[in-house]
Amino acid sequence: MRAEGQRLAGATVAAMLRQLLRHNETWLAILIVVLCAGITIANPAFLTYENVAGFLKSSSMTGIMAVGVLIVLILSGSPDVSFTAIAQVVEYAVAVATLQWGGNIYLALAAAAAMGVLMGLVNGAIVHWFRVPTIIVTIATFNIYFGMLYVITHGKLINLVHPMFRDFGNTLLFSRVSSIGASYGLSLMTLVWLAAVLLGWFILRKTFLGRSVFAIGGNEVAAERLGIAMLRTRLFAFGFVGLLSGVAAVVHLSIVQAVVPNIIVGKELEVIAAVVLGGASVFGGKGTALGAALGVLLFAILNNGLTLLNVSSYWYNVTIGVVITVAITNSAYQALRRRRARVHVKVEA
Amino acid sequence: MEEFLRLEKIHKSFVGVHALKGVDFTLRKGEIHCLVGENGCGKSTLIKIISGVLQPDSGRIVVEGQPVASLGSAATMARGIQVIYQDLSLFPNLTVAENIAIAEVKERGGGVVDWDEVRRIARAAMARIRVDLDLDAEVGELPIGVQQLVAICRALTSDLKLLILDEPTASLPKHDIENLLSVVRDLQAHGIAVLFVSHKLNEIFAVAERITVFRDGERVATLPPNELDDDRLVALMTGRTLARKVFAFADASARKVLEVRGLSKRNHFADVSLELRAGEIVGLTGLIGSGRTELALALFGISPAESGEIRVEGKPVQIRSVQDAVAAGIAYVPENRLVQGLVMKHSVEANVTATVLDRLLGRLGLVDPARKQALAREWIKALGIKVSNPAVPVQTLSGGNQQKVVIAKWLAASPRILILDGPTVGVDVMAKAAIHDYVRGLAARGMAVLLITDEEAEAVANTNRILIMRAGRIRDEIVAAAAEAEQVQQLVEAPS
Ligand SMILES: Nc1ncnc2c1ncn2[C@@H]1O[C@H](COP(=O)(O)OP(=O)(O)OP(=O)(O)O)[C@@H](O)[C@H]1O
Ligand SMILES: [Mg+2]
Repeated sequence: MRAEGQRLAGATVAAMLRQLLRHNETWLAILIVVLCAGITIANPAFLTYENVAGFLKSSSMTGIMAVGVLIVLILSGSPDVSFTAIAQVVEYAVAVATLQWGGNIYLALAAAAAMGVLMGLVNGAIVHWFRVPTIIVTIATFNIYFGMLYVITHGKLINLVHPMFRDFGNTLLFSRVSSIGASYGLSLMTLVWLAAVLLGWFILRKTFLGRSVFAIGGNEVAAERLGIAMLRTRLFAFGFVGLLSGVAAVVHLSIVQAVVPNIIVGKELEVIAAVVLGGASVFGGKGTALGAALGVLLFAILNNGLTLLNVSSYWYNVTIGVVITVAITNSAYQALRRRRARVHVKVEA
Repeated sequence: MEEFLRLEKIHKSFVGVHALKGVDFTLRKGEIHCLVGENGCGKSTLIKIISGVLQPDSGRIVVEGQPVASLGSAATMARGIQVIYQDLSLFPNLTVAENIAIAEVKERGGGVVDWDEVRRIARAAMARIRVDLDLDAEVGELPIGVQQLVAICRALTSDLKLLILDEPTASLPKHDIENLLSVVRDLQAHGIAVLFVSHKLNEIFAVAERITVFRDGERVATLPPNELDDDRLVALMTGRTLARKVFAFADASARKVLEVRGLSKRNHFADVSLELRAGEIVGLTGLIGSGRTELALALFGISPAESGEIRVEGKPVQIRSVQDAVAAGIAYVPENRLVQGLVMKHSVEANVTATVLDRLLGRLGLVDPARKQALAREWIKALGIKVSNPAVPVQTLSGGNQQKVVIAKWLAASPRILILDGPTVGVDVMAKAAIHDYVRGLAARGMAVLLITDEEAEAVANTNRILIMRAGRIRDEIVAAAAEAEQVQQLVEAPS
């Protein structure tokens, strides 16, 4: 009896494990643990509260963006690449405006979000009405937004920003003081990232709007026939990545406390790579907010680990390239395998 | 019986094509009504007008006694009319439960999704047709027959009064067809009318209460099945009668073009040996999962065999890739042509000539457009492809005519060994006869043909020997001339 019960319990645990291992997120989590263990063995400074909190803070901007990029990738099976330009423009505008007119951080966040949404909606409208692939539209708007920024500002740096950003960026939870007297702890920026992930998870998993994003990404024609609101869903997705880019811009501004007008652009590939590493399909229709968060986290750990191990940071770029290549070939391979695996012949002896 | 839907004098034209020429059509409540006709006669167009995807140029639509100005897609669904198109309109990335429930969830206003409710909706729909599917399976991973059931379940989540199925059985294996027909009868038992389009006469006779025949955009007759038989139906559809011919293999001692010995691939097929002589048409049949398509894929190098010997014209060849197979003179018309075979946006001409461009070179080594066009016209005529001119994009052709284009494309390559996998799926009776004739002509000129088919009758009439696969092995071989379709079917379904 007892043994039987144990065997049954063992079987359920095994089944649950198997279920778990089918998720990309599980593998990613395992990879993260292994990576952390490896880096810690090589340099024990890695797994300290100060260090971990540090890289969780510095990757919050890309983490926030990743949630938006994920939604557009699920929707259109082609990445948005204009989000860094949007963030760059918003960052500059917000920095200048707050210096001019003051205000508070909430106002700054709201203004940044609104600007981001507006620029994202432009993408969504073009994709919807002119039926142009997302990547083409967003390459174009990237150049427009970023080009305009340079035309207007001549690429001038802003070294001094409104102090509210410093206060916002330096807000810590569970703070401690280090041996050299600096305080460290869980940054509010990390919590903004967490909030973005939760919001993304809720929308994608729990709302019909989010399910419409998946439906359109899986079969556009079928979604249209079913009467799913195509325009609304597309505007939402592109507006949402715009919104998060706006918020990410304020987070970045609050961390860096200066504006270098070409520092955010160029991070597109890193964010997209993190999202596909998190299990989003480059063909659309698949992906999770948790996966996107873990993808960003893995890159953050890698970047930090390479620095701690004194490895050239170019290896980081190589890794991003490799991840994208592997992810694309893997998605294509899985699609192929699925097509082949439909029929399975039981060959008799 | 009360009528549910009436169409009066419906006209519809596309550029250069008058697809529906003043069609009158009625459909009764709760009846199973089949729609038949040659490829391009306007069946799908009629369905799109009923479903509101297309607007008629003129005419009147009356649903349950009320005239409707024009049926938009949403309005159609609200009236209890649902269409399952051949592509099924499913979301391959979503689960069975969500695919079934999504329309209903949308109707209820969307908002926050209650996943327990999603499962409840899906379960209730499955219960109505007494199927039991894994709610959490991803639809893209399921075989096509199961996907079809998912599509039907989705239609059942609404207050369904009329279900329209456009060639639902074209890509289904035999067993699933029977399953589907019994589901259709089940629906009828619930008082749901079914409008069913098919080119397979046997299933039409098996299920229909009334049959409407279309020819060239006009309704020529609506009759109960007991007033019809195959020949009359074909005569109504085509205006001609079909001469039945049986294939006779002339020279049983002709040279062996293909010899296969002990071909095996793990989880695909085992120890397969076969021979094809010049001028011979050999049938290959078996259930889905018997390994027949897998064998074809191996012979064509798409998924090569692991062991065994293949000889072409007596010489051993290694077939490790499609290039190897093509070099050995093997051509393969795949089973799932619509996905694998065509560039939909390109013209009929470009598609037909794609495999033979190297033979159409004129001076300077450039493709000679006149020869290219002439070749395309030849094929359009040979297979009776209904198209106003060879330059129109393939996507504007009717489903069956698209199929003919793919077949033309492969036949144009005139290989030594031709493997045809379900070559007449989805084409009308006349075109089917034309394809059969053409293949016989190829054999008469010395080509060796392996004809894979689900239809026993097709195998019996068009081959000289029939190989029957079960569980990955060739289990039986019978002489076609001495066989009856029923006998072949028994062997196919025999326990292995
Ligand atoms: N969008 C379109 N543009 C131009 N012509 C079209 C279009 N849709 C259909 N046609 C033409 O209208 C005619 C009727 O086509 P339809 O699809 O209704 O045929 P069908 O009876 O369904 O044939 P099949 O059995 O091959 O599916 C064909 O000649 C087809 O080429
Ligand atoms: Mg059709």
